[in-house]
Amino acid sequence: MPENCIYIARSSAIAARALAGEMMVMNSADSTFFTLNEVATAIFQAADGHTPLREIVRDKICRQFDVDPVQAQADAEQFVTELSSHGILLVSNRPLASEAPQ
Amino acid sequence: MAAPRKVACVEIGGIPIALSTCDEGFLNLLRQRYDGFLSSSPPEFELEFDLTSTGPVSDDDVRVRRNVDDDEWLIERGDFRARWAPSTGRGNVRQNSNPYSLDSVLRILHSLILAGRGGFLLHAASAICDGRAYLFSGVSGAGKTTMTRLAPADITLLTDEISYLRPSANGYAAFGTPFAGELAKPGENCTAPVSALFFLEKGSENRVDELSSAEAVRLLMRNILFFAEDRALAEKLFATACDFVARVPIRRLTFYPDARVWDEVRNFDRNFERKVARNFQEVPEHA
Repeated sequence: MPENCIYIARSSAIAARALAGEMMVMNSADSTFFTLNEVATAIFQAADGHTPLREIVRDKICRQFDVDPVQAQADAEQFVTELSSHGILLVSNRPLASEAPQ
Repeated sequence: MAAPRKVACVEIGGIPIALSTCDEGFLNLLRQRYDGFLSSSPPEFELEFDLTSTGPVSDDDVRVRRNVDDDEWLIERGDFRARWAPSTGRGNVRQNSNPYSLDSVLRILHSLILAGRGGFLLHAASAICDGRAYLFSGVSGAGKTTMTRLAPADITLLTDEISYLRPSANGYAAFGTPFAGELAKPGENCTAPVSALFFLEKGSENRVDELSSAEAVRLLMRNILFFAEDRALAEKLFATACDFVARVPIRRLTFYPDARVWDEVRNFDRNFERKVARNFQEVPEHA
């Protein structure tokens, strides 16, 4: 398995709501609150635990948004690192069972 | 033989709770404190109070935990310890006779009951103007008490500190509460549909600005009184906050602290309705 194969899943400790076109995510363990932009929302929604991040970027992000694939991958990895540090996303180099309801 | 318990039923937000005690002095204290909110309705819930020795109000953080095995909430602070079982609606409280401890216990109990019913307590002043309720929230010093002090004579004060909100058929309703802040004056025991929530900021002029939904939810969540260490209830509250933002206009009100700010509040509904009507007319026929 290549080293850069990253799998992401939504944590079960979160609540998410889309309101007026914005995705709001709350970590219910500590009530921290995040607002996701359109690209981040697309990644968040695709975080099913078994689709590699690079596939999400290639098939969802690059198709939906006019972005450079290399830059999109770098931005996505940075976003995933940030949200995982807040317990919103789970990250692994193996497929994960998504904890949160779809 | 144990002394007989005497009961006072206190109804806040349309939820009657029977408070019982063997102590005549404590009964008188709570009757005085909640005068205007005493009720003859059949109680939905019951709390038995047992008094401990007199002591100060605690500065400790309150802990509100659910004991899943016994299906009850444990509510603890330095000056009180309470248990309450939602399934039976009954609970007991050990506290000293300090009225502030009593207020805290009631606020926490109501916050738990409301969270399950899609309502919440908000750190906000509220008042009824022309039959509609307006909420004024913000950090300490933002102007909640100032807004209530500046209110004209025809305004009905619901609270200067803790607003009580429940979902209704057409949005949300605000209820008066006896929980007073700096004003040291309980609110009127009445209710009205919520017209708007303003997050306050003092400034050199009066101005109303729009807030994005995300900012509104963020500010709302920051000011909701919620004490429970309970993930499911926190998630429900988040859903309630999002619903509230979707159904109630939320704005930032920058105000210069004189009576003219209430003209801004009175005009808000008229301007809002005009704007909604204009937007409605502007929707293309085939949109």
